[in-house]
Amino acid sequence: MSEASAQPAAGPPSAPARTANPAATATAPSQAVPALEAEGLSKSFGAVRALEEANLTVWPGQVLGLVGDNGAGKSTLVKCVSGRLHPDRGTVRVAGEVLRARSPEVARARGIEVVYQNLALVDSLDIATNLFLGREPVLGPRPFSWLGFLRTRQMRQEAARVLREVGVDLRGASVADPVEQLSGGQRQGIAVGRAVVWGQKVVLMDEPSAALGVEQTRHVHDLIRRLRDRGVGVVLISHNMQEVMQVCDHVTVMRAGRTIVTVPVSEVSGEMLVGYITGAIEPRSDG
Amino acid sequence: MSVLTGTGTSQSADARAARRARLGRGARALIPYAGFALIFVVFAIVLRSHGFASGSNLESIVEQNASIAIMAMGYAFTLGAGEIDLSIGSTVAVVALTTALVLEQQPAWAGVLVGLAIGLGVGLVNGLLTVLLRVPSFLITLGMMSVLAGIAEALTNLQSVAVTNNAFNGVFGSGSLGPVPSLFVWVGAVLVVAQVVLRRTRYGRHVLAVGGGREAAVSTGIRVRSVRVSALVISAVSAALAGLLYAGRLQGAAYTLGSTDLLTVIAAAIIGGTSLFGGKASVPGALVGALLLGMLQEGLILMGLGVPDQLIAEGVVVVVAVAVGLRERPE
Ligand SMILES: Nc1ncnc2c1ncn2[C@@H]1O[C@H](COP(=O)(O)OP(=O)(O)OP(=O)(O)O)[C@@H](O)[C@H]1O
Ligand SMILES: [Mg+2]
Repeated sequence: MSEASAQPAAGPPSAPARTANPAATATAPSQAVPALEAEGLSKSFGAVRALEEANLTVWPGQVLGLVGDNGAGKSTLVKCVSGRLHPDRGTVRVAGEVLRARSPEVARARGIEVVYQNLALVDSLDIATNLFLGREPVLGPRPFSWLGFLRTRQMRQEAARVLREVGVDLRGASVADPVEQLSGGQRQGIAVGRAVVWGQKVVLMDEPSAALGVEQTRHVHDLIRRLRDRGVGVVLISHNMQEVMQVCDHVTVMRAGRTIVTVPVSEVSGEMLVGYITGAIEPRSDG
Repeated sequence: MSVLTGTGTSQSADARAARRARLGRGARALIPYAGFALIFVVFAIVLRSHGFASGSNLESIVEQNASIAIMAMGYAFTLGAGEIDLSIGSTVAVVALTTALVLEQQPAWAGVLVGLAIGLGVGLVNGLLTVLLRVPSFLITLGMMSVLAGIAEALTNLQSVAVTNNAFNGVFGSGSLGPVPSLFVWVGAVLVVAQVVLRRTRYGRHVLAVGGGREAAVSTGIRVRSVRVSALVISAVSAALAGLLYAGRLQGAAYTLGSTDLLTVIAAAIIGGTSLFGGKASVPGALVGALLLGMLQEGLILMGLGVPDQLIAEGVVVVVAVAVGLRERPE
């Protein structure tokens, strides 16, 4: 497999490569097990080979950038990891254990959260419900809890608290209002907030700052750093090289469905990344 | 620690805008009830001499529309989940006829059990075929409608069947629970249960999530396929209950029962604020929609309109209601 050999070994960063964050160095445990490990993922849509033997490794407390041109397969890779899509081949491991019955339900239970490119919000439902979608708190102990009576008040209180915590300004709207009345940026804030509060092991963000202004983007970066400090592995997909250089410690580049190279940001420039993405630069092959 | 703090003035402007949006939604939710009240008042005045607003007339309006109302309340779930069930009318006929036939030799409970089991079976077949074949429920239930209509005609060779089981006729028709007529009890019970399930349970939220954003529901781990199957089971079982109530009230069954109900049920649900495209549903709205249409029909009869004119008038109302519902289609 020529592709695998072209991939420089991205071993466990004994400490995050970024020196700008001493806090992370102190808290990120130098565990020997990656938070997430995707190996040889392939996925075709009819004749379109969206993923070909893609590999991705994220360590606890690492922020990994994932870059590539439109259609390179970034979103498909994320969806194959989160159980949203079933890859044709390949394995996904979470904290060393293979993720078998692949469904979003299982992946979420294992601590994987995703900010999807399309946000995955239900517009007609209220903000609180969207934050708790798929894991709504219900009343009572076992036999009674099967009836599934919602703890609506608790949901709303916690939703308001979470949004305050992650800094989403609803600008007068309440958590009981439907998502459809929010602005694009606010909606993105809800989706990011949902992933941040539920993410235990890995949070994958598919262009989380696409609809955000300067201030809100900076805030998302703060949240990413907080996740990292919590020991969560973060994957950040972005088309903004400056953003990638600024928040990530490693970058994986995708081209035409393949993950062609993974490098520490300290060893590349934005121009080099663009070179990798467009194919102007070929990654150095070790074998 | 919100990074995003606007200026004081723009914040209060935002709060005002949000309040306006909330008021707008509240007002829109009241439209079916206001429409109901308006039509009621108009008929009560215009048809005063015919005793439109008399207790017995109002009672008979509710009783005549109990089956429609129950189907409409069930249909709120089906539409809310983004599905459609075209087979409810013929389900009514098959259930009513089969139950009537069973009641000729068996006790009431057996007839009821068979009737409800048919509803459950029809709903499961509709639902499972829809999710397993990945075909829109529209097409599956269109086929089911035809199959069941054929079965209904074949069952008794187009003959009507009388129901003489008094226990059955009491519980599903002319009887009463204390001072409350049976049909009121059924409508009330379905209203309460359906409303609690839709608004207070996790399942209800999942129904609306699946209908309002299938992609989001899948991504967040909601069991979308079970929800979709259950939505079609609910419409079929409520059609079965409606069939039992027709058989009990009319003390008999015929293959024509329910044959014109489909459009009325969909219109009732939509008038009541349920979205034809999923994601929004209202159980009390569906009830009010059903009663509104029933009242309209009754008023038109009292005004002396013949059957053709009634059909035309009803059709116009239904089309207007559905058109208003269609306009809500999300971009
Ligand atoms: N559901 C689908 N059906 C068919 N083809 C698909 C589907 N999803 C993705 N593809 C194809 O797979 C390829 C990779 O798409 P993907 O969305 O993963 O790209 P991406 O790297 O996320 O691009 P972008 O930067 O534009 O978001 C594209 O060629 C796309 O057309
Ligand atoms: Mg993408």
